[in-house]
Amino acid sequence: MTTTVPTLAVWKFASCDGCQLSLLDCEDELLAVAGRVRVAHFLEASRHVEPGPYDVSLVEGSITTAADARRIRDVRKMSRTLVTIGACATAGGVQALRNFADVDEFRSLVYARPEYVSALATSTPIAAHVDVDHELHGCPIDRGQLLEVITALLLGRRPDVPAHSVCFQCKQRGNVCVAVAHGTPCLGPVTRAGCGALCPAYRRGCYGCFGPMETPNAAAEAALLRATGLSDEDVRRMYRTFHTADPVFIALSEVTAGPAGRPDDRA
Amino acid sequence: MASGTRPRTPPPALLDATALEALVDALRARGFTVMGPTVRDGAVVIAELTSAADLPYGVGVDTDAGRYRLRARDDRAAFGHSAGPQSWKNVLHPPRALVWSADRTPDGSMAGGEPARERRYALLGVRPCDLAAIKVLDRVLTGGRQADPVYTGRRDGNLIIAVECTEPGAVCFCSSMGTGPGTDDGFDLALTELVDGGEHLFVVRAGTGEGAEILAGLPARPADEGIVERAREAVGAAAGRMGRTMRPGSLPDLLAEARGSPHWDDVAARCLTCGNCTMVCPTCFCTTPEDVTDLTGDHAERWRRWDSCFDLDFSYLHGGSVRTSGRARYRQWLTHKLGTWHEQFGSSGCVGCGRCIAWCPAGIDLTREIDALAAAGAG
Ligand code: SF4
Ligand code: SF4
Ligand code: SF4
Ligand code: SF4
Repeated sequence: MTTTVPTLAVWKFASCDGCQLSLLDCEDELLAVAGRVRVAHFLEASRHVEPGPYDVSLVEGSITTAADARRIRDVRKMSRTLVTIGACATAGGVQALRNFADVDEFRSLVYARPEYVSALATSTPIAAHVDVDHELHGCPIDRGQLLEVITALLLGRRPDVPAHSVCFQCKQRGNVCVAVAHGTPCLGPVTRAGCGALCPAYRRGCYGCFGPMETPNAAAEAALLRATGLSDEDVRRMYRTFHTADPVFIALSEVTAGPAGRPDDRA
Repeated sequence: MASGTRPRTPPPALLDATALEALVDALRARGFTVMGPTVRDGAVVIAELTSAADLPYGVGVDTDAGRYRLRARDDRAAFGHSAGPQSWKNVLHPPRALVWSADRTPDGSMAGGEPARERRYALLGVRPCDLAAIKVLDRVLTGGRQADPVYTGRRDGNLIIAVECTEPGAVCFCSSMGTGPGTDDGFDLALTELVDGGEHLFVVRAGTGEGAEILAGLPARPADEGIVERAREAVGAAAGRMGRTMRPGSLPDLLAEARGSPHWDDVAARCLTCGNCTMVCPTCFCTTPEDVTDLTGDHAERWRRWDSCFDLDFSYLHGGSVRTSGRARYRQWLTHKLGTWHEQFGSSGCVGCGRCIAWCPAGIDLTREIDALAAAGAG
C-alpha cells in the first residue's frame, strides 16, 4: 500500500514564503493531507528530503536569477503535476516592479558589494519558463483553494476554482459594497474571486491580489475608480502592485478614462 | 385570491411605535427567528433581530445609480429607508446551501444524509415590491413538478409582516411594475408607518388568522376611519413620487425585437460583467452545484451557490461558453428578467425594487437601458 501513496514536494523561488505558510496554516487539514500523501520535499516544514520524481509539486515564487531559471526546469522534470501557488509564481509578484526599472541602479544603491548580486533584469512567472498544470492566485493564496486543488488532484476530479469577479463572493458573503456605499475604490469587479472577498469584508477596497478575472472591462472599471476620486496616476498604480507584470493588468492600467461617447450614469 | 376581501379579518388597528418591541418579543416567544432590517457597515442589511432596538430608527438612505449612502432622518422612522444590498432571497434562497451529504460506510456503500430541518422565520419589514418578489420565487422554486427543498424548508411556515411604502427611494419604480407601494395580500400583518411631529404610529391590518392572533396580543387600539384614510393617502401619494419609471407597453415584445440592437454594445462598454445586479435582485434564482470531498474521499457533500448569467462558466457547454461577450451576457439578464420570464413563469421577473440600479458599481440603470433600446428600435 505505502508504495502507492502519492508524493508531494513544495518548492520556493523568489517569494516571501507566505504561500507555503498558508499550507502550514491549514493545521487540522494539514494532518489529513499528511495522512494521504508523503511529503517528500518541503524545507519550510522539514529537513527530511526524498529524491524525486514527485507526483505533485507546489511551486512558490518567481524566477529572478539564471540559477532559478535552470532549477525550475529540473523541478518540472521531476514533477508529474506542477501547481504554482500565489501571485509571485503565477504572475511575477510584487518584485516584478523591477521589470519597469533599472536593476543595475538598484543594485548599486542598495548593496555595498553589488558585484556579489547576480540577478536577472526581470521577475517572471513560472509559466514563462515551464508548463504549468494548475495556477493558484492570490497574495497569499487562499488556503481553502489550496486544499480544494490538493483534494481534487488526489481524487482525480476537477478543482472548483472560479474565474468570475470578487463581487460574486462579496455579495455571497453578505458584504456591503464599499464602492457603492462608501465611495471607496475597489478592484473587485475586475479581479478573480478566490479570497472570499476578504478586504471588502473589512471595509477596504479590493487590491486585486488574485489578478484579473475572466473578462475584465478596463474602461468600465476606470469609470468606477475615477468616480471614487482617483486620478489617472492612482488608477495606474492600483493595478501595478501584486500583479504588476500581469499582461492583463498592465493593459488595464493603461485605461484611465471611462467608456467613450456616453456620460456616466452616476453623474 | 381576490385582494381586499377578507371578511373574517379584524378591522385595522393602531399601534404606538413602542409596541414594535412587544411585537418582536411576541414573535420570538412563539419560536420564530425574526429577520428584519438593521444597520451594518454603512447600509441597512437584513439580519436576525433579537429585539426591536435593532431596527434602523431614524435612518434614511440617499441612493442613485451606483450609489447608496445612509443619512440621519429628522424623525425616528423605523422603516424610512429604501432597498439595501440584500433582499429576502438571502434568507429564503441563501447564497450557499447544502443539498446533500454522503458517507462511505465500512461495507463500501454510500449512505446519504438529509439536510437539516430549517427554523421558522418571521420576516419583519417586507416591502410590497419584496412581497411580490417572494411570490415570484414561490412560483419559480415551488411551482414546478419538483419543489425546491432548501427553499420550502426556509419558506414554509413564514410569518410575514409587510410594511407599506410612504417614501419611495430614488431608484424605486414599483408602481410601474404594479407591485407597490401598497399591498393587499400575501402578508400575515401589514404595517403603515406614520411619523409626524411627535407622533409615531403604525396602522396595522391582519391578513391571516395567525396575524390576527398576534395582533390581539399587542397593545393595540382601534384605528378610526380618519387615520386609516391618512395612511391610505400617504401610500397613494408615494405612488406618484417614484424615483424611476419603467416604460409601459410589452417588454417581452420590445426585447424580442431588440435582439440585434446596436445598443447592446453601448451598455456592454459600461458593464463590468461583475454579477452584482443578479446577486442583489430579489428574484434571480440561478445556482451552480459545488461538489466538496474531504481528503480521504470517504465524505462527500453537494452544495449549491448563487450563480449568475454574467459568469462565463454559466453558459459553458462542451467546447466552451455560449455567451462570451459582455453584450450577450447583459442581453441575457435583461431579456430574461423583463421578457422571457413572462412566458416561463407567468409574470415579469422584475418587481421594481431598484436594487440592481443602486448596487451596480457601474451605475447601469435598467429603466434607462429599456428606454434606449426602445429609442434605438424606433430610430
Ligand atoms: S466591494 Fe468591491 S468586490 Fe465587493 S461588490 Fe463592491 S465592487 Fe465588488
Ligand atoms: S431587476 Fe432590478 S429593479 Fe427589478 S426586481 Fe431585480 S433588482 Fe429589483
Ligand atoms: S437574469 Fe440571469 S441570473 Fe437572473 S434568473 Fe435570469 S438567467 Fe438567472
Ligand atoms: S449591469 Fe452593473 S451590476 Fe450588472 S454585471 Fe454589469 S456592471 Fe455589474
